[in-house]
Amino acid sequence: MGMARTLPLVLEGVTFARDGQTLLGPIDLTLGEAGRTVLVGPNGAGKSLLLRLCHGLLAPSRGRIVCGELGTPLQAAVRRRQALVFQQPVMLRRSVLANVRYALQRQGVRRRDSRQQAQVALERVGLGALAGRSARVLSGGEQQRLALARAWVLRPEVLFLDEPTSALDPATTQAVEHAIRQFDEHGTRIVMVTHNLGQARRLADECLFLAGGRLVERGPAARVLTRPASPEAARFLAAEQGIEPVVGPPSSTAKGVAS
Amino acid sequence: MMEAFASAFGLMLAGDAELLGIVGLSLRVSLSAVFFASLLALPVGAAVALFRFPGRGAVVVLLNALMGLPPVVAGLIVYLLLSRVGPLGELGLLFTPSAMVIVQSLLIFPIVAALTRQIVSDLWEEYRDQLISLGAGRLRAIPTLLWDGRYRLITALLAGFGRAVAEVGAVLIVGGNIAGVTRVMTTAIALETNKGNLSLALALGTILMTLTLLVNGLAYGLGEFSRRRYGG
Amino acid sequence: MNQRSVTVAAGLLVALGFASGATAQDRGFITIASTTSTENSGLFESIVPQFEQATGIEVRVVAVGTGQALRIGCNGDADAVLVHAPAAERQFVREGCGVDRREVMYNDFVVIGPGRDPAGVADADSAVESFGIIAKAEAPFASRGDDSGTHKKELGIWAEAGIDPAGSWYRELGSGMGAALNTAAGMDAYIMADRGTWISFDNRQNLEIVFEGDPILFNQYGSVLVNPERHDIKHELAMEWHDWLVSEDGQAAIGAYRLRDQQLFTPNAN
Repeated sequence: MGMARTLPLVLEGVTFARDGQTLLGPIDLTLGEAGRTVLVGPNGAGKSLLLRLCHGLLAPSRGRIVCGELGTPLQAAVRRRQALVFQQPVMLRRSVLANVRYALQRQGVRRRDSRQQAQVALERVGLGALAGRSARVLSGGEQQRLALARAWVLRPEVLFLDEPTSALDPATTQAVEHAIRQFDEHGTRIVMVTHNLGQARRLADECLFLAGGRLVERGPAARVLTRPASPEAARFLAAEQGIEPVVGPPSSTAKGVAS
Repeated sequence: MMEAFASAFGLMLAGDAELLGIVGLSLRVSLSAVFFASLLALPVGAAVALFRFPGRGAVVVLLNALMGLPPVVAGLIVYLLLSRVGPLGELGLLFTPSAMVIVQSLLIFPIVAALTRQIVSDLWEEYRDQLISLGAGRLRAIPTLLWDGRYRLITALLAGFGRAVAEVGAVLIVGGNIAGVTRVMTTAIALETNKGNLSLALALGTILMTLTLLVNGLAYGLGEFSRRRYGG
Repeated sequence: MNQRSVTVAAGLLVALGFASGATAQDRGFITIASTTSTENSGLFESIVPQFEQATGIEVRVVAVGTGQALRIGCNGDADAVLVHAPAAERQFVREGCGVDRREVMYNDFVVIGPGRDPAGVADADSAVESFGIIAKAEAPFASRGDDSGTHKKELGIWAEAGIDPAGSWYRELGSGMGAALNTAAGMDAYIMADRGTWISFDNRQNLEIVFEGDPILFNQYGSVLVNPERHDIKHELAMEWHDWLVSEDGQAAIGAYRLRDQQLFTPNAN
């Protein structure tokens, strides 16, 4: 395509500090070309921070983030290949359709072409009939699906999701998960923060476990989410399931290239 | 008082040509001033909200302070600029509606710019991450935020309009209150008061108040409409 | 999309509405700086249309205090002035601000006060004496205090009476004639006013004329052209106005203006 690629995304000794307090890192991490990764960990572990750093919304205090085979620095041109769906997506004060078209036009799609592409994206997430409605009066689930459509339409290489279903009921959660799977089928790399371990098991093939701003464990989701190697992950899972922590034999290190 | 209201009604109903001319000129001058002031004030207010630059704090304080610029001072400044002995005397604008538009624009600019800065600043707080994520930089965010803040910004424009249309000192100095040329509601009210013709002055005042009420009602209605349609 | 078109439409609407405000005149217009007394008395509304009819020249009157009117003229922001302060007019010409001063008409000043006349001004034999009585009684006196022709005249009478008016009874208002009369009515104060404004003034409350008729209260109006060598003004058109004021037609128009059955100005061009 001639555009700067964002994958693989490499974090080298990245830390993030605010007011002299280190909130995250140092972290070394490579996000490879494909797959569905979930970030799991207790509140304050730095999961959302890590997503924002990877998306360039925050700049690392130390270390660096480079993209693609060429090791391009993370910048606006690279961010265009990424999309992020926020926990509470911000809807522009316009129609549902205009929200999607806005995203397209920022990528340089002409006004004329943007209408049709946006409509197609809305159909995919089941919002086709609401295209003319004001985006801000949609329900939480509808807004989240609109946010997915707005991300989908950009054909991103990688899609970051920050607890996209934390405020949704089970049926709506299912609809959103369905939409996420569609991304994956089109070859989009998924990186998602979630507190819902069921969801993590359903969607992820890889799991990163964060605690206290550090990456403490990384491995196949099926393994990390059942037989964690680190005591932090074990405690977390046990609390979630209301049972005693079980620490399994380490089968992989926390660092390394996934998928 | 009742007499004044009745008289105001009578004047309006009779469609008195001179009165309609005065009301029309008031609206034309003040709406033009709002238009021209906003052309500059909206982007400037938004830019001050979004960009960090040296002296930004001073600019914010200055804009806020200038919201209280005494009209007479503004009038004097514009008079000195437009007077034939002033730097812009060649244009021959003194004692014309254009001069009134200029001085009212000067009065409106800080109001619209300061309110725009506040409105855009609040919106940017909410939109920042989302817009950057969608690929809009700060420069591109300016039109986006102005458009998404449109209903609140209209309130700012109406505040500017209200100040302009109700102001007498500045337009008196640069307009001269020339009958049929630069006489607007406020200067006509001042003139009738000076003639001791208090009931006519009050009748004109009633019409001005009614206009102001209508404008504010419109602003309120728009605000409500936006809250219902866009959730604020 | 509609975002752009709405803005453009609004702009056009405003611009068009504004453009339509311009009026076509046969021979253009002149700007006359004059005094509030002439404007408030309604004289201009009566005589200006007659001049416009005769010549096709539109007259725009900016009515301010005499002092400000002369300054506007000196700055070249008017083409001619019509004011009532002969000494100041002569100085205006001496300083090169104006040329060709001509006497046009007169009316007179009157001393106004509360009808019950608490200071007893009505017994005075002269205007100077009436001012002395007011000062002695320390009765509230409202002064224009705005460097207008009326203000200059009032100060001249105080000087004649050998009094330096000061104290809480002497109130400098800094307002035009009408505004000053409104204030005087509210305070039950004495005040000196030109007869023209007084006759046309509605909000009199308790005020009445308490002294009149002294020759010192004579109020002469003069027309002066702004110096065409100083400023690029409409000298030829202004000259037609200047000539018309002192012509038979102009003088007749001034003499014919009546308000409430009273003649307000007496034409006296030579």
